[in-house]
Amino acid sequence: MNQLYSEIFENPFTIGIKEIPVVDYDVFYNNISGMLSDQANHCVAYYGVEVPGYLKLICCIVNDKTHSIRIFSTHLINEKRSVKSLTSACPQLHIFEREIHENFGVEFEGHPWLKPVRYPYNRKSLSALMDNYPFYEIESEELHEVGVGPVHAGVIEPGHFRFICNGEKVLHLEIQLGYQHRGIEKLFIHKKGSLQKCILSESIAGDTSVGHSLAHSQLIDSMGDLEISDSLQIERCIGLELERIAVHIGDTAALCGDIAYQLGQVVCEALRTEIINTTQFWCGNRFGKGLVRPGGSNFPMSDIIADKMLKMLDDAVTRFSEIAGRIYSMPSVLARFEDIGQVTRDQALKTGSVGMAARTCGIGRDLRGSHPFQYFKKLYFNPVINETGDVLARGMLRVKEISESGRIIRELLGFWKEKKKFEHPPVYNYLLKPESFSLSMAEGWRGEICHSAITDENGNIIHYKVKDPSFHNWMALALAVRNQEISDFPVCNKSFNLSYCGNDL
Amino acid sequence: MTGFILILISAFFFPGIILRAKSIASGRKGPGILQPFRDVVLLFRKGSIFSKTTGLIFQIAPVISLSAVICAVLVIPFANQKAIISFEGDFVFFSYMLALGKFFSIIAALDTGSSFEGMGASREAFFSMLIEPAFFILMATFSMLTGFTSFSDIFSNFFISGNHYVLIYSIIGFYLFIQIALIENSRLPVDDPKTHLELTMIHEVMILDNSGFDKALIHIGIWLKFAIYGSLMYNVIVPSGWNFFLQVSIFMAVQMLFAIIVGMLESFRARNKMNKNPKFILTVSSIAMIAFVIVLILTNRII
Repeated sequence: MNQLYSEIFENPFTIGIKEIPVVDYDVFYNNISGMLSDQANHCVAYYGVEVPGYLKLICCIVNDKTHSIRIFSTHLINEKRSVKSLTSACPQLHIFEREIHENFGVEFEGHPWLKPVRYPYNRKSLSALMDNYPFYEIESEELHEVGVGPVHAGVIEPGHFRFICNGEKVLHLEIQLGYQHRGIEKLFIHKKGSLQKCILSESIAGDTSVGHSLAHSQLIDSMGDLEISDSLQIERCIGLELERIAVHIGDTAALCGDIAYQLGQVVCEALRTEIINTTQFWCGNRFGKGLVRPGGSNFPMSDIIADKMLKMLDDAVTRFSEIAGRIYSMPSVLARFEDIGQVTRDQALKTGSVGMAARTCGIGRDLRGSHPFQYFKKLYFNPVINETGDVLARGMLRVKEISESGRIIRELLGFWKEKKKFEHPPVYNYLLKPESFSLSMAEGWRGEICHSAITDENGNIIHYKVKDPSFHNWMALALAVRNQEISDFPVCNKSFNLSYCGNDL
Repeated sequence: MTGFILILISAFFFPGIILRAKSIASGRKGPGILQPFRDVVLLFRKGSIFSKTTGLIFQIAPVISLSAVICAVLVIPFANQKAIISFEGDFVFFSYMLALGKFFSIIAALDTGSSFEGMGASREAFFSMLIEPAFFILMATFSMLTGFTSFSDIFSNFFISGNHYVLIYSIIGFYLFIQIALIENSRLPVDDPKTHLELTMIHEVMILDNSGFDKALIHIGIWLKFAIYGSLMYNVIVPSGWNFFLQVSIFMAVQMLFAIIVGMLESFRARNKMNKNPKFILTVSSIAMIAFVIVLILTNRII
């Protein structure tokens, strides 16, 4: 029997590109729609690679329970680029198909929403412009449209939100992104320097620089067969968790700011500073830039740093749980958060939500548990879950994750003290395995980050794909504000805190 | 005349004290008390920019709004001195002068054709409509209590009406004037003057298109409104017969206390959800209604 897909139980992994079975599109269609009908499965990457003569489609589906990663592939010959859309069977693939349509002009028959995603310079249809984005329209005397952005009043990234409202009630929200498109994926191919690639990965989304650089470094480690010592793995995990704590505290501050609760805002802002200052003490950058590098590290952990970190955690995390207790027990705050921006479990599954957006709807989707990477492989980990799916759930999840991350860092530091320390400088002159496909996933604070690359016969990267968790989750935000008041949109948006540049690449 | 000048003076310190109180409550030093005043001076020196979609209404609205507020100040008495203008039923004039100012800022917001400003204008009109009964019921209570219908007469006879229950009315009046002032001036919990989120704004979103000179006028209008309500509060708690200099210092103290109360209220609570606002405002009106019923009973008009 012919193999239908490759199944792998490792994260990150590298396999030969030729080892991935290629099937006809019909078989591919049935495979994927069958696979995604299981709620534990979701798609982490689905994209096309232009090869002379045909378009290679690669789809990776991971299972939350069995820890497997399945890779599917099919070829679309240039003459026949009109195929049946998978979106009607598995709505979570809508954005991936939109992207493939935009880049390669593949017509997905039956796709309800084949609109541009991010307007790359080499898109298939150059007549598709920011200015003529086909917004969903409604003809009515009673309803009105409100457009927000792309230039916003606060210091946030550009993105256009178009609401269709009935008075104060939102009936529909459409989010148009792409203003931040920088061609990151192309740059990964054009920039030959290894260090350049690392720095590039750090700038995919400024608030997730550790997450993205970790995903990139893992990918290089795996493709270049670099050995990573236990102590280095621990350090990387600590960096990731520190970033999680810092951003979650900052988000709590921003949530308080949006509902004009000054005390919560200023206290959380001050606490966040403590965390990122510790990161700065460690690696010289408050956002952890330069911390994670392939093969080694420029900033090995030392006893001084470890002690300072423990002291800081004892102080900041305790103080945070104190203020969080106060915030989430105050009636005027709860009135603003409870039952606002609700996403149901069903919606979260259909949109393929990941990270916090999924975990607040009762879906225990966390790569640290399901597809452990780095030292998480040896760590007992249980994802934190909330059930209600509203703004309050997302706020409370942050509180829980902060204390969980605090516990993890303390535990990791305990392990680190016992491990033998090897001080490896970063490896920049690596040789990547030729003709391989590699996939690396890491659970950033926002959710799963997925980097994948394909090399040619000389070991040069010929295709690089980045997927930020926001790519899935923007749709969840659009669904969350339906039938809500328009004045609650900002706090909904803040509770998701999705990345614009991570989506736009 | 003294009242007019005192209101003008206290208005200039008002926003600075609120800001300072908020800063100190959040553990920061905060800007100087005169900072908002300096900002306005800066705005006065700048030119205004008008959007092409706006017309004459938008350009004259800030001036009309401010002059309406100044007209309203004229009927406010101080101590036992009569107000500059005083006639029977002048509190109706007062309320509708403020409403006229508001009306012009609302149509100016609509004039810009922006979807945000339209939303803000609709919210402002709605909430102002709900708060109006509270003010009139309260003033009716006071008229019933004293038997007069002008601010000057009401307040000069407030404490000498011989009614022992007058203390209850000064407390209720003080409380209601704070609430009305907060709502009229778009402060927490109904509106958040500090927010940058257009979709949640009420008053701030209406003045998004105003700049320079016009914006300065709008700011001054808001300060004056604060000081007006501060002086109404002062009038209901301090008997008019006291020594003049004592009166002046108590007036300033009351204004300062009011500003600090506003700052503190804003520091330690979150803002209302938009659809809770009508309920909140109606509560204020119902408290006024209770006061009204009590005065009817006390003056033996019913039962």
